[in-house]
Parts: sequence; C-alpha cells; structure tokens
Amino acid sequence: MNFETLMWLFTRLSALAMYVLLLAGVIGALIMGARNQMNLADVLRWAFTSKRHSCAKHKRARSGPLGDTFLENCRQFTVFTAAAHGLHGVLSVLDDYFAQPRVRVLFRVIITILMPVLSAIGIYVHLDFIGRCLNEYSSI
Amino acid sequence: MARERNVGVIQGLRYQGGGPQTAWLLHRISGLGIVLFVTAHILASFLGGDLGQFINKIYESWWFQIIVIFCALFHGINGLRITILDLWPKLIEYQREAIWVEWFVFLPVFGLAVIVIVRTAWEVRMAQNREACLSINAA
Repeated sequence: MNFETLMWLFTRLSALAMYVLLLAGVIGALIMGARNQMNLADVLRWAFTSKRHSCAKHKRARSGPLGDTFLENCRQFTVFTAAAHGLHGVLSVLDDYFAQPRVRVLFRVIITILMPVLSAIGIYVHLDFIGRCLNEYSSI
Repeated sequence: MARERNVGVIQGLRYQGGGPQTAWLLHRISGLGIVLFVTAHILASFLGGDLGQFINKIYESWWFQIIVIFCALFHGINGLRITILDLWPKLIEYQREAIWVEWFVFLPVFGLAVIVIVRTAWEVRMAQNREACLSINAA
C-alpha cells in the first residue's frame, strides 16, 4: 500500500468519520437540552462545532455527562479531519489537470503546508468566537 | 495515473456518462465549493476588518446559504454512496440504482432546507420592516 492508496482509503474512512462526528454533535446538542429557537444554521453549527457557543441561546448544561471535553475534542477532530479530507480532495482534482511530476510535487508541498496552517486558523477563529459568546452569556 | 492523456475540459464534458458522470461532476464542483467557501469564511473571520465583514455578510446571506447547503448536502450524500460502493466493491453492479436512491434522498432534504432558509430570511426581513415602522411611528 503506497501513499496514494493510503490517502484513497483515508478519504473514504474520513467521510464515514465525519458522519459519526456530525451525528455526535447533533445528538449531543439534543441531549444537552437544545430544543427551542432551533434553525438550520444552528443544527449545522452543532453538528460541526459542538455546543459551547450555543449556550448563550440555550442556557443549560455547561457541565454534565457530556461536558466540555468530549465535544470539544469532537470539534477539533472534525476540523482536522475535514481539512485533511478537503485539501487532499483539491490535490486529487489538481492531479487530474496537471501531469508534470515537478508541478505535482509543488502542489503536494503547498497542500502539506496549508493543511496545518488552515486547521490552526480555523480552531483559533472558533475558540475566539466561543470566548466572545461566553462573555456575552456571562454578562446576561 | 493519467500522465500522458490529452483530453480537454470541454471534450471531457461531451462524454456521454449519464447519471454517474453527473454525480461525479457535481461531487467535484461541490467539493471545490466547500473548500473555497469555508476557507474564505474562516480567513474572513480571522482577518476581520471591512473586507472580512463584507465576505462574511455574503456568506451569511440567504441565497449564499442555499448554495452552501447544496454543496454540503450533495457532497455528503454522494460521498456516502461512493464510500459504500468502494468499501463493498460487489455493490458496484447497482451503481445506477444507488444514484437513483441518492437523488431520492437528496431532493426532499435539500427542498426542506431551501424552504426553511427562505422562510427564516423572510421572517427576519418582516421583523426588520416592523421595527423600522415602529421607530418611525415613535419619532
């Protein structure tokens, strides 16, 4: 099994993993009492980013059996999985249109650099957003 | 690995691939769309400022949410089909049927999402109008 086969398998398995993470986010939000004022954006937000910042709207369960750690880890895992899946997808699209070995290596280098950078920026932005929401919540 | 192939994009689109080709094309477009939109959204939130707010205002507008939902839903549902057929290769015989099932799942869910998005946008607009009227009356 070479690297390309491994990434082929990763693309499939990460798709399944994202389904699991998505369901964990939605079911977790429902268990923790998300009931009213739901809309599609909120559901997607919980699905991909767990519940912390929905606390401002749903004043419940900041501790509990499904406390911070589990869903926080789910969210960060989702960000990394999605970034790897998506950027590798871009690479396989580029491979379809660029055949020169040098160009392909160049794209691989660029994607490898982008992957951790974009993941880190995504997680930073989100933590910042949660922080602001929690400030809002505590000032209510 | 298609290293020495010489087929242009237009030529490729003329290939009569039917349902599976449509699914492949939409999967590719929606995947690139998700990467582009989500990256733009994240970078705009990170950079902030006028440009960031401008980008995120577009991202959060109702018509753009419909595009994003289309990309995410189609990529997700079609991706599940690809995963299932790839991990159980014997099922590839039923690829066309699988694509029918896929559209059968996708269309109602997407339609529901569009209805909810449009209705929510409409309610927000109405509430804004009401507030504007009230503030005019108050003045």
